[in-house]
Amino acid sequence: MAIRSFFIPFLLFVLCFCSSLSPVLSLYEDQVGLMDWHQQYIGKVKQAVFSTQKTGRRRVIVSTEENVIASLDLRHGEIFWRHLLGSNDVINGIDIGLGKYVITLSSGGSILRSWNLPDGQMVWESFLQGPKHSKSLLLVPTNLKIEKDNVIVVFSNGRLHAVSCIDGEVLWKKDFEAESFEAQQVIQPSGSDLIYVVGFSASSQFKMYQINARNGELLKHESATFSSGFLREVSLVSSEMVVALDSTGSILLAISFQNGEISFQETPISNLVEDSSGPAVIIPLSVPGIFVIKTNSVTIFIKVIGKGKFEVVEKTNHETAVSNALPISEGQQAFALVQHAGSEIHLAVKLAHDWDDNLLKESIKMDQQRGIPHKVFINNYIRTDRSHGFRLLIVMEDHSLLLLQQGAVVWSREDGLASIIDVTASELPLERDGVSVAKVEHNLFEWLKGHMLKLKGTLMLASPKDVAAIQSMRIKSSEKSKMTRDHNGFRKLLIVLTRAGKLFALHTGDGRVVWSHLLHKSEACQSPIGLNLYQWQVPHHHALDENPSVLVISRCGPSSDAPGVLSFVDTYTGKELNSLSLIHAVVQVIPLPYTDSTEQRLHLLVDSDKHAHLYPKTSEALSIFKHEFSNIYWYSVEDHNGIIKGHALKCMCIGEVVDEFCFDTRDLWSVVFPSESEKIIATVPRKLNEVVHTQAKVIADQDVMYKYISRNILFVATVAPKCSGGIGSVTPEESWLVAYLIDTVTGRILHRVTHHGARGPVHAVFSENWVVYHYFNLRAHRYEMSVIEIYDQSRADNKDVWKLVFGKHNLTSPISLFSRPEVITKSQSYFFTHSVKAIAVTSTAKGITSEQLLIGTIGDQVLALDKRFLDPRRSVNPTQAEKEEGIIPLTDSLPIIPQSYITHALRVEGLRGIITVPAKLESTTLVFAHGVDLFFTQLAPSRTYDSLTEDFSYALLLITIVALVAAIIVTWRLSERKELQDKWR
Amino acid sequence: MAAIVRLLLFAFLFTAPLFSLGSRNGFTINGRVKIPQGFATKGFALPGRMSNVKVILNGGQNVTYVRHDGYFSFYNVPSGTHLIEVVVMGYFFSPVRVDVSARNPGKVHAALTENRRGLNELVLEPLREEQYYEVREPFSVMSLLKSPMGLMLGFMLVVAFLMPKFVENMDPEEMRGAHEEMRGQGAPSLSTSLPRGARN
Repeated sequence: MAIRSFFIPFLLFVLCFCSSLSPVLSLYEDQVGLMDWHQQYIGKVKQAVFSTQKTGRRRVIVSTEENVIASLDLRHGEIFWRHLLGSNDVINGIDIGLGKYVITLSSGGSILRSWNLPDGQMVWESFLQGPKHSKSLLLVPTNLKIEKDNVIVVFSNGRLHAVSCIDGEVLWKKDFEAESFEAQQVIQPSGSDLIYVVGFSASSQFKMYQINARNGELLKHESATFSSGFLREVSLVSSEMVVALDSTGSILLAISFQNGEISFQETPISNLVEDSSGPAVIIPLSVPGIFVIKTNSVTIFIKVIGKGKFEVVEKTNHETAVSNALPISEGQQAFALVQHAGSEIHLAVKLAHDWDDNLLKESIKMDQQRGIPHKVFINNYIRTDRSHGFRLLIVMEDHSLLLLQQGAVVWSREDGLASIIDVTASELPLERDGVSVAKVEHNLFEWLKGHMLKLKGTLMLASPKDVAAIQSMRIKSSEKSKMTRDHNGFRKLLIVLTRAGKLFALHTGDGRVVWSHLLHKSEACQSPIGLNLYQWQVPHHHALDENPSVLVISRCGPSSDAPGVLSFVDTYTGKELNSLSLIHAVVQVIPLPYTDSTEQRLHLLVDSDKHAHLYPKTSEALSIFKHEFSNIYWYSVEDHNGIIKGHALKCMCIGEVVDEFCFDTRDLWSVVFPSESEKIIATVPRKLNEVVHTQAKVIADQDVMYKYISRNILFVATVAPKCSGGIGSVTPEESWLVAYLIDTVTGRILHRVTHHGARGPVHAVFSENWVVYHYFNLRAHRYEMSVIEIYDQSRADNKDVWKLVFGKHNLTSPISLFSRPEVITKSQSYFFTHSVKAIAVTSTAKGITSEQLLIGTIGDQVLALDKRFLDPRRSVNPTQAEKEEGIIPLTDSLPIIPQSYITHALRVEGLRGIITVPAKLESTTLVFAHGVDLFFTQLAPSRTYDSLTEDFSYALLLITIVALVAAIIVTWRLSERKELQDKWR
Repeated sequence: MAAIVRLLLFAFLFTAPLFSLGSRNGFTINGRVKIPQGFATKGFALPGRMSNVKVILNGGQNVTYVRHDGYFSFYNVPSGTHLIEVVVMGYFFSPVRVDVSARNPGKVHAALTENRRGLNELVLEPLREEQYYEVREPFSVMSLLKSPMGLMLGFMLVVAFLMPKFVENMDPEEMRGAHEEMRGQGAPSLSTSLPRGARN
């Protein structure tokens, strides 16, 4: 009896210890970079300004299409500081004022900010208002005389403002009385106190205003009419002359406004260029004496000689980018030209007044996958021999940024990765037998030393130097960046498609770019727009010799009914295997769950005429498809009409040309939401490749619940149409949110719940039999998250063991969505502190590991939250049995534990999406978060229960074993002696 | 002198923090982010450096940064109830609801949504610091003993040295009873207690 009473507490004590050992899912500071990587980008550069003062570091300030202002190191291209502005705060212009402030104009010209150049701290902010929207122009005088020229001139919203550079105070403002005046240029001739504002009024009037820069007084106002009108762009060729085109694009106009007198000089383009074809456009530039026009694909450089006389200096068919002029010495201005020719780019730096002389002429070999140069910015430096050297900053078609100096690429940045639109994962090649990549520990001494260091680390005896050594050793020794598949499935390739239409393969080990591929341009399609990525071929059983490939769907033009383009890209090499220009559009892509004998996945492409096209176009695919013909259903969402429709296949296409891969479709059902009360704002289906381990869920009192698991459930959220404005624009009474679960085969609404006083935006994630969604509660004025779980009642009585034994259960009966499902739902809501940008859920290989929600918060961090916190069975006082099952007592808000931010002290700036990929090891999932930055890590939602962790101490294990053996020997000796003594007695 | 100017600035900002701009029927929200010196910073954001303090209105509708003294402004905000969030690495800020209305332009109606505490001026302070990393415990004998190996050793020692003592000290009568019981049931205590514990 006593033994038992001793034993039970002891065991409980041991177990208690074991469970208290379980750490929160988190990271020690020295583990950073071990399994995760983080990359910072800025996006495609729109404008660049160099800051090359003699003191301090040389830097370049850039604004980008991702709405980033950044200061980059001119030597290495690293980011000194960076700010991401809001999505409706688009940057209109940047400049450097007084040599120490970065001035930005944004939000359609209404917000002017000044940032401290060295550290990016905001110095001041000014709100500029005006009567109407207009083009925004920013003019920062380049004179560095601090006492005098500290006024920034901004034309925005139809008003001219003069703002002090020191504190952002508006010194004066000037409205223009003409209603339709559109300013094109604001000019301040250097050293003068006059500001010229030139622009168009109505369609055929040219206006010029002369304004005193000191007080904004209007000195002179002139206008002149040109009968056939203007195209809007102008090019400034001198401080007294602009060049414009007439509305047909065939006549060049030199408009001079010297001394306040406006005069026109007309020159038909055909007089200058004999074989000109089609209307021309002016490329807005400011190079004195030279302007550039473009007709079709020909770029023409025209020089202004004398008063309104033009001369063509060069015509080229190559894609050309031209920089603005850069004053290099008294009266001399230089500009750069970059031309793309085959595998090279030609650089030229010329003086503005002397076309034939080149200050610099170089050719640089350029990676074909970077495409053509889009923009060029020029900067100069004085060499030791007092001659001028030039640096060129080039923006390429793939959005990458390169700095060229002395005929070489000094640095390059892959900024296309700041705008990822789709991600998929691919396996790496198998390790071949012949080539053994596994490295044997080269030296026993090294090995021992390493382990001694590690032991020191665990015993907290390591010095900072040792810690650094341990970390670098860990990073080096882990084989994470090898190019072969590993046993645990941690090493993969992430295939990403960027907005520039470029594919990148990133290695999950260290995030490096393994290959990149710019989508192929063809005769039929000049500028394909990449849309989606699909896994086309994933060989694992039959076709192991084949390389896996991905399918890239792109569209040939901006409209949704433009013809599609399919590209097939080998994921091992990055080579484009095949490219198809389709005759039909691609509105919807349905990857089918069938593969052919070479493991190519069948895809159904629905075009704008509701015909479905089968790919690959092989007879084998067709026969597989015919077999499953009646089992294929899909749905479409028309969110502007508030209609969700279900579709199925009908028959072969009826048309003049027989196409046996084309099928007519029919509408099966439609759900129409009343447009006056509901507007669709989110639709979330289940992930296609998700694996569910078991349908049954054992709950506390040995009871079983069956999850209702169907691939064909769609979560739909609708809100009151009034809620489309900002959070403050509606009252709780006129706002509601309705959540639906819809079966997409039959169109049956399985569940509907209304949240009164709630509004969007809604972010949701759907997995297994549950959906979690995030929305705003206007009554409490807090964000909320709700969970809906759906259970199958028709199987609920399969609990009896005897029924199972005698086969009276219905577990094997086929499931048809057409039979009316008996489902019950459970739901619960909780408060959540932050706004959310994205929600995802961890996915593992077999679906056994418990799930975690990955929540991308407004602070651009990713929070891992256990799904157990969003369990509708949580109650305030769970019973003992429920506690044992792991049910957490109910709280009104979800906990935010700082250690469970998987991005730890990093930020994924501009977070847009979170993708999870299962590793081969069941406990582990790979997480990739992308926005302007990229972040990747491995995650074990229930800890790595199936392998030893990185910091497992082998030394301690060894010591323990030795100690145990020693103890056994000692006790054995003792017992022997005791036995001997007993025998002697 | 500087103090007076500061005071005046305060007075101006907080007696009339919301003022109408007329033409587009928008309001301006002015406020301040303040990170008290009392918070020992662990290198995320030094008190002097405010360059990465982002202030977000209505979940991303407007984004702004603070000036070096912590002040920020949102321009052209329509009337209604708005939500302001502050993002600084290393600190946890509660979102703040701010009522903007034309009726009482002189007053701030602001409240922290986390604890419903009202604010009579729009000064936003962090509720707490955030530690993103686990702190490594300094080496201790206890942590060594707590590890599975330590437990193994401990258990072994208990069984080897304590158990015989325990058995020796027992009453022979009781001992016999226990033996008989064990013979009858096998080792009951282990098998019943293990699966229960394992489910945790």
